[in-house]
Amino acid sequence: MNELLWYFSRATGVVSMVLLTTTLVLGMTLSGRRSARPATSTVVAGLHRWLGLGMVAFLVGHVTTAVVETYVSIGPLSALVPFTAGYQPLWVGLGTIAFDILLAVAVTSALRHRISERAWRGVHLASYLLWPTALVHGFMLGTSDQPLLRLVTVACGVAGMLAVSWRIQATHHDREHRRSVTAQGWS
Amino acid sequence: MPAAREQATRVAVDRIACTGHGVCAALLPRQITLDEWGYPIVAAADDPAVDVEAAVRLCPARALRPSRTTPQ
Repeated sequence: MNELLWYFSRATGVVSMVLLTTTLVLGMTLSGRRSARPATSTVVAGLHRWLGLGMVAFLVGHVTTAVVETYVSIGPLSALVPFTAGYQPLWVGLGTIAFDILLAVAVTSALRHRISERAWRGVHLASYLLWPTALVHGFMLGTSDQPLLRLVTVACGVAGMLAVSWRIQATHHDREHRRSVTAQGWS
Repeated sequence: MPAAREQATRVAVDRIACTGHGVCAALLPRQITLDEWGYPIVAAADDPAVDVEAAVRLCPARALRPSRTTPQ
């Protein structure tokens, strides 16, 4: 039973990582798109929202089973407070930090229509911190002794970094136009 | 007001917030068409309330809100 929980925790961890990376890539496609194609934007917006939510479900499973199983010592406190686990405190702690950030991102997104856009945006941007933290956590712990799982982590890292580098150089499709309008002055 | 929200068959667009993703045009084809830069043009037509709710929720710029009044 205990071993089953341990495997369940690892499996949900890997699924969460894949879903997190997918959500991140979709989110960046949405915020950094070059040209607006209504149908694509709609599908991407929906997927970003629902895969993100689905990921939270897997992650809750991952954290719960990691706490419940007694194969390694991770207490209930470690679910929310980083660096308190008896087992690999540093790498488990990174996962805790990522989980805390994710909870903040999920809650603010659920309340998006009730809080200010600036507050939502500020918290949502923390996703860029969440992802590498989760990636290192996954790389150092769950997938260390399985080449196939490690490959999944590396693939997520490569996909995410490609998307981030694309996002950095992507500009809004009419930024050039806005710039030229501003340059014309007001007279 | 959840009751008003459930029944709204039209949207109002916050043009300052709008970033021209076109999600509203894809979900509300009767009342929204896009101009040549991809920003919405609102017509006096109704779409199903369920689609209005989805569009309000999915707008990436949070630039939509349910409305029951006819646009000018």
